[in-house]
Amino acid sequence: MSRVHDMGGRFGDGPVVPEAEDVRFHADWHPRALALTLASGSLGQWNLDTSRHARERLSPKDYSRFSYYEKWMGGLATLLVDSGTVSRAELAGTVPPERSPLADRALKADQVAAVLAKGGPVDRPGTIAACFAPGDLVVARRFAENEKIDGGHTRLPSYAAGARGRILRLHGTHILPDAHAHGLGEAPEPLYAVAFAASQLWAHPEHPRDEVVLDMWQSYLTPAA
Amino acid sequence: MRVKILAAFKRLAHFGWTSGPGWCTLFPMPHDHSDHDDPHALLPSDPALRVKALETLLVQKGLIDPAALDEIIDTYENKIGPRNGARVVVKAWTDPGFRAALLEDATAVVADLGYYGRQGEHMVAVENTDELHNMVVCTLCSCYPWPLLGIPPGWYKSDAYRARAVREPRKVLAEFGVTLPEHRAVRVWDSTAEMRYLVIPQRPEGTEGMDEEALMGLVSRDSMIGTALAGTP
Repeated sequence: MSRVHDMGGRFGDGPVVPEAEDVRFHADWHPRALALTLASGSLGQWNLDTSRHARERLSPKDYSRFSYYEKWMGGLATLLVDSGTVSRAELAGTVPPERSPLADRALKADQVAAVLAKGGPVDRPGTIAACFAPGDLVVARRFAENEKIDGGHTRLPSYAAGARGRILRLHGTHILPDAHAHGLGEAPEPLYAVAFAASQLWAHPEHPRDEVVLDMWQSYLTPAA
Repeated sequence: MRVKILAAFKRLAHFGWTSGPGWCTLFPMPHDHSDHDDPHALLPSDPALRVKALETLLVQKGLIDPAALDEIIDTYENKIGPRNGARVVVKAWTDPGFRAALLEDATAVVADLGYYGRQGEHMVAVENTDELHNMVVCTLCSCYPWPLLGIPPGWYKSDAYRARAVREPRKVLAEFGVTLPEHRAVRVWDSTAEMRYLVIPQRPEGTEGMDEEALMGLVSRDSMIGTALAGTP
């Protein structure tokens, strides 16, 4: 079973509403929520995959009713508590906040530009040989679920699970989110762009030539029979 | 003892006995909180107050410097935005060598222009042609090439776009006022990994004599996501 964030292909969401290019935020607290999330992330107590999983673990009810940055705040509260950075009592305001042993790692204004520019590349030296080459036919894993952890993080959307596709390109060897989100190491694997005909994914494709391309790790794929 | 109890609960789970209240608090799942004990529920429910409460707490604990927050906001409000991507597109339009290198290894090429960083560590440029129209989405969250386009627009993060772009891209395009020729294929890129995609829209006809600045004016943010075409002079 999937989680609520896995919404590709879902029916019933209504029109997409375009927006002017100069709109950055829709409320005063949005940029604050963004900055708070990035600054907290720089403390190094969790990684990108853990933080995605924290947002995905919001209950379906909360995920659906929360605006974008409310999801970020929900995820951040979970990360802070799960990592032991903040206690539940501190979050609830029932005890006075204690100075954190991580305080000397707090991001300073003059470090911001360098930290944002540095990014966090996820390609790693290849230790697993690439099994597939462009043009190869493959089948995506049948279940859009984490193979090792029940209910764990994965980047295989359910709409593509079990579908037959074609390798378009090899991107390199990248950290596997399914492991990295759960403290199971980086477990890097070859990562591919895989093209799926729309007719492989949908009962009523819009056009016979349309395709959807997804990035998939090698363990998401088996050779097509 | 604990193992035996867990085994008993596992057997009960088979019969669907474990969905009632109390299960989560007795034996927490490895990663889920139930809605009412989710940590965010400890904070004020109004989102603006919730952010303020979190910021205040983290400042008191010495984990956040408010001046750093101001600096991050200034970066994404004023310094990094879609004009970066437009510069890349126009270079690809006007310099065949640059275009070839960009399609081969976009990460290195845009980094040479100074566009690298968070959410843009691994870039791929995909080019629209008479035969193929490219469009980018992230169905699972909101992955987007920040160093080239800034933070994503509201619609890109919306449930409607995330849900529909993969299944009915042509209907979504119509909502942006775009109708493609019947023969042209649509390829939707779902950003499921850390690869970030930049669409290179087709250069409009009648722009031969235009300089770089004027051409950049034709390259909208949406044209680099693939929900618009480049503008006409």
